[in-house]
Amino acid sequence: MDALVLIEHDGGEADDGSLQAVTLARAYADGAVHAVLVGAGAAQAAAGGLGGVATAFVATLEADAFAPDAWACAVCELIGRLSPAVVLAAGSDRGNDVMARVAARLDLPLAANCTAADPTESGAAVMRVRWGGSLLEEAALVGSPVLATTALHAVAAAPREGSASVEHFAPALEAGDLAVLVTEHVDAAGGGVSLTDADVVVSGGRGVGSTEAFAVVEELAQLLGGAVGCSRAVTMAGWRPHSDQVGQTGTKIAPELYIACGISGATQHMAGCKGAKHLLAINADAEAPIFASADYAVIGDLHEVLPAVSEAIRKARQP
Amino acid sequence: MDILVAVKRVPVTGGRIVLSDDNRAIDTRHLGFTISPHEECAAEEAVRIVENHGGSSTVLTLGPPEAEEQLRDSLAVGVDRAIHLVTDAEEWDPQATAAAIVAAIEAERAAGTDHQLILFGNESADAANFQIGARVARALGRPFVSGVKALALEDGGASLRLEQEAGSGRDVYRVPLPAVVSVKEGLNLPRYPSVPGRLRAKRKPLDASTPARPAPRLAMRSLSLPPGSGKQARILGRGADAAGEVVAILAELGLL
Repeated sequence: MDALVLIEHDGGEADDGSLQAVTLARAYADGAVHAVLVGAGAAQAAAGGLGGVATAFVATLEADAFAPDAWACAVCELIGRLSPAVVLAAGSDRGNDVMARVAARLDLPLAANCTAADPTESGAAVMRVRWGGSLLEEAALVGSPVLATTALHAVAAAPREGSASVEHFAPALEAGDLAVLVTEHVDAAGGGVSLTDADVVVSGGRGVGSTEAFAVVEELAQLLGGAVGCSRAVTMAGWRPHSDQVGQTGTKIAPELYIACGISGATQHMAGCKGAKHLLAINADAEAPIFASADYAVIGDLHEVLPAVSEAIRKARQP
Repeated sequence: MDILVAVKRVPVTGGRIVLSDDNRAIDTRHLGFTISPHEECAAEEAVRIVENHGGSSTVLTLGPPEAEEQLRDSLAVGVDRAIHLVTDAEEWDPQATAAAIVAAIEAERAAGTDHQLILFGNESADAANFQIGARVARALGRPFVSGVKALALEDGGASLRLEQEAGSGRDVYRVPLPAVVSVKEGLNLPRYPSVPGRLRAKRKPLDASTPARPAPRLAMRSLSLPPGSGKQARILGRGADAAGEVVAILAELGLL
């Protein structure tokens, strides 16, 4: 029983999320694990070690840019050729997108964002995440091959070792498979530390009260060389742009320290910050759910606590 | 341009999810419901496009009788009419959901409305299957772009320019209409329904039908809560007096 894994890559290196999918594929299939790679740098990524992948199939397309239907076509062609029992990809934006197209082409079920999968007589028993990871679902998938994506960070990435044999192929595209194509990449406007890169993120919630009142949050973030975040309630109120939103439908962050100020700790928010290594919660309500996920707690009004903390930092830094 | 937007009714979960006794659903007895966040932006976008370029907007949901609340919410912010595919309490899997939506779109087309733009949320807040848009687009033979955070009409309304987050920047797609697009929150800031909007919504047309549910091929067996963090927060203090302790922690973490 073989497996096929779609490997995403960047700068000639396989993505961690895809190598996590390789780990799940090896746990699922007792036979060979094959890989499919598409796009610029694919051959180099295949040569870089894919955790014991037997054959890395590199699809050559007319276009180097991401073309999700052409990627799906390449995956489907290999499914026809290799008859794998399971086909996996990372539960990333692109992984979920391409696998949805594969499932649509083959009219097969797809289980997105799985943390585990085991073969059954009619398909697979899977464990998958709902609500941005706040809930787990046990589901039965009926179909062959089993199509699934793996929830990011649910399993360890396969080691970057081993040497897969590389085979190039040109998938026979359907008309229209290159109609959806990335035509341009726009870089983010510079300025400041980004939410995803910052070591410290200082976030404000409904408790901040207004756009202007975010000054105390900004001040602390600036002193710590960090980024400002916010909860969904804040974005919906129009106090901050959506690009600052941490949460299930905002940005998912993993800073060294997350300082959550006046944020109650709704599941929507926690889905975005559970990757933080340390969480300091500042909230006037001692019963706020966020304290159950916090490492450090300050009970009090953020409008009193934050200026005092900023002042104490300045003092501590004085020679 | 005629636009169709598909939305889903989901509970507002708040701080802690509680499961029903049989572990097959969230206990919603004390919860309110809302339109799944990405789709709220999809509905807002449909209304804005019609405001700026003319045409009509239709909201569709597949869900229990109570989901009429979310259809009326969409009508209250300016969507013109609603289609309700009424289900019983059972959850529909993605293939069944997509097939029912395709059938509804084809029935619309047969009745004279050929929706040029069909909008979905990138994934629902609850089940998050990430695939309804792709399946509907494939069945209709139309181009599909997922995860869109900026949308603009080009070529005099003949095509779309779409932006999707990619790494630290954005990937840009250009696709001809008709097309299917799934969007993410942040596309726009949805308006709140006004009181007159709510009154108008009560009189707007709503077509309900009850499709049959095929056997699921992705069947939920049970739900469970992931193990808790097991954390016991260390209380650093109360109010401004805690500042010294906070600075000590910053120093300990090497962040000072």
